[in-house]
Amino acid sequence: MTDVQFRFRDDEEAGDPAVTVDAFLDQTNATAVRIEPGDDARDLLPYLDRLQLIEVNFPAWTDGRGYSSARVLREAGYVGELRAVGDVVIDMLSHLRRCGFDAFAPEHGLNEADAHAAFQRWDNVYQATGDGRQAIWAKRHG
Amino acid sequence: MKILTGNDLKHGHVVWWDGEQWSKFVNSAADVGDRGEAIIAREEGAQRVFAAYVIDGERDADGVRPAHIKERIRALGPTVRPDLTLKPGDPDASNWVI
Amino acid sequence: MYKYDQYDQQMVDTRVAEFRDQVRRRIDGSLTEDQFRPLRLQNGLYLQLHAYMLRVAIPYGTLNSRQMTLLGDIADKYDRGYGHFTTRQNIQYNWVKLEETPDILADLASVEMHAIQTSGNCIRNISSDQYAGAAADEIVDPRPYAELLRQWSSFHPEFLTLPRKFKIAVIASETDRAAMKLHDIGIQMVKNDKGEIGARFFVGGGMGRTPMIGPMIRDLVPLDQLITYSEACLRVYNRYGRRDNKYKARIKILVHELGKEEYTRQVEEEFAHLLTQDIEPPLAELERIKAMFVDPPFEAGANDDLDLSDPDFRLWVERNCADHKAPGYIVATVSLKPVGGIPGDASADQIRLMAQLAKDCSFDELRVTHAQNIVFPHVKKADLYKVWQTLDEAGLGTANLDTVGDIIACPGLDYCSLANARSIPVAQKISERFGSAEKQAEIGELKLKISGCINACGHHHAGHIGILGVDKKGVENYQLLLGGSEGADTSLGQITGPGFDEDGIVAAVETAINVYLRERKNGERFLDTYRRVGMAPFKEALYD
Repeated sequence: MTDVQFRFRDDEEAGDPAVTVDAFLDQTNATAVRIEPGDDARDLLPYLDRLQLIEVNFPAWTDGRGYSSARVLREAGYVGELRAVGDVVIDMLSHLRRCGFDAFAPEHGLNEADAHAAFQRWDNVYQATGDGRQAIWAKRHG
Repeated sequence: MKILTGNDLKHGHVVWWDGEQWSKFVNSAADVGDRGEAIIAREEGAQRVFAAYVIDGERDADGVRPAHIKERIRALGPTVRPDLTLKPGDPDASNWVI
Repeated sequence: MYKYDQYDQQMVDTRVAEFRDQVRRRIDGSLTEDQFRPLRLQNGLYLQLHAYMLRVAIPYGTLNSRQMTLLGDIADKYDRGYGHFTTRQNIQYNWVKLEETPDILADLASVEMHAIQTSGNCIRNISSDQYAGAAADEIVDPRPYAELLRQWSSFHPEFLTLPRKFKIAVIASETDRAAMKLHDIGIQMVKNDKGEIGARFFVGGGMGRTPMIGPMIRDLVPLDQLITYSEACLRVYNRYGRRDNKYKARIKILVHELGKEEYTRQVEEEFAHLLTQDIEPPLAELERIKAMFVDPPFEAGANDDLDLSDPDFRLWVERNCADHKAPGYIVATVSLKPVGGIPGDASADQIRLMAQLAKDCSFDELRVTHAQNIVFPHVKKADLYKVWQTLDEAGLGTANLDTVGDIIACPGLDYCSLANARSIPVAQKISERFGSAEKQAEIGELKLKISGCINACGHHHAGHIGILGVDKKGVENYQLLLGGSEGADTSLGQITGPGFDEDGIVAAVETAINVYLRERKNGERFLDTYRRVGMAPFKEALYD
């Protein structure tokens, strides 16, 4: 399991390893699950309060299904750790964050300085994505 | 013959491997035999070229002729703007690509 | 037209800084080409046949003289003295250098322009009607809605890694001047029975390998749900669009494979959910944008007569000019298709000339059309003759709008690394064959479109006559299609039969036109005659 390189939470990292969605739906005691691009995040909706950690795998950063999975989970009220794993690249860090990810475990460690610059790149945002940031249109109209 | 072509990273222009370095002129292209991939790996690694690949060509009376029309247009420039090609003074230059 | 506020300006400036950093990391080797390619594409930077190519966004085809002047200056400063206007209302520069591209983007940002998302698997430039704000037949100016969608789609974090590119068009008239139904999402602003404006959504149109006409999936989306509904359409696509095969990855394939009803059901379900998430801008935002698209101060009582005694001027007015909604004004199209020229290309001097004319005579506004021409939307009739004379002296006065001389052609194998055949020489030969004004007048409306490969950037499926370049064992070959149309009566062209070489396709076009001239009745256009008599007479003439 790759280490979490960036984490924006105050609580402890989950102890249990993440199981697949199929395995999770079979078990009653797993608290961590990993979503693959082809999984439907909505399958997890009945179990969100049981989950401490949801990993979303990006086998290739250009396969963007994980972004929708993340938003779907946050929109449904998931407040646990939402961790991006796999091909996590510098240039998508801020977008991942906006979609609800609060932990990042890239398979290849990222340059810390470049990553921090990337997280802080955008002072303003055009869209409301549920991450708590005020969209530009909201700032314009108070 | 097997020749190598690619592009200059910073400027983007088309280049051909002449045996020692990358040249703008297809007539300088060297026959790399079966060493093409190895040369590409080394040269791309050193960032002296990018998007490089091996193509077929033949040597004829005029110089080196890539086998495919696309590569011949790459070697010359846009046939509809002779002034922007590598042979701006030659009114028949675009016949060579056909 | 839209003016950036501090937020918009900061967004483009931030993007320049981000890209400058990405170029630095590419040049110092920290980013490989495989890693860098998707990033540069999201800033419109391609590697083409001869060099890097930069595609600059011209949002819904609208720009002012200051912006147009800079586009000309960029051609001189960073390129080789010209630019190419595209079938999506953008401009392309064919010879930029990677290390200078951040500076180009910085120059663009200084006049509120950019190259954001003009390539890559993301939402691209939103196109619209080139007569917006001037046409007599629009119910409302479509551009404020396009601007609202532009901001929503820019750097949208969920939709930057879609299965494939995504193209949206917005119109507001029954006459479709933007090929709206041939887009991934086509939006037509309409009025309901109560006179309220809303958005009609067509999803799943497109050209390329498998051309399809987008079906209507929602008759009316209220204005205060426009963004939410669009988001639902995109989310369903992002989640379920195919990612296993690049040639089956557009939304048109998803809509086709699910069926319109099932795709619609999924969108409506997602939409109902998203309505609870507060992602819609307030209507005040739309009003703020609309306020920038009010009519310019048209002169009341401007002279509505035109002196057409100069026959060349009369021809240009009849061919290239359209009725304006305000008396005394006219909409003028500048043809970038001189006889034998390269369709859509303009020199830096020509670009700056058009900028100056627009500033003086069109309330400082220009449009780029998806037919690769330029429009002055608001010319006072009293100024028109002077405008035409100036254009004509600069080689911009060709009177051929929507005739066989007004050819749409992609750059083709002369420029594009995806192409199988050259398209520009074919366009030039056809243009010369039918160069005379008399011949063009005799033929009338004829939209001829040429693509150098199946990606169809020349929109050949939507041509009354379409030409598709293919590679036949290393030799350029051309297929002929007939009967396509991009208007409200959208239809896809049909292949006539075996292909032709370069001289052969020019002769085939002439043959097809001769069949039309022989068969036509009652003022029919080429398209009308084809639809009435069918393929048979054409096939017979071409191949027997």
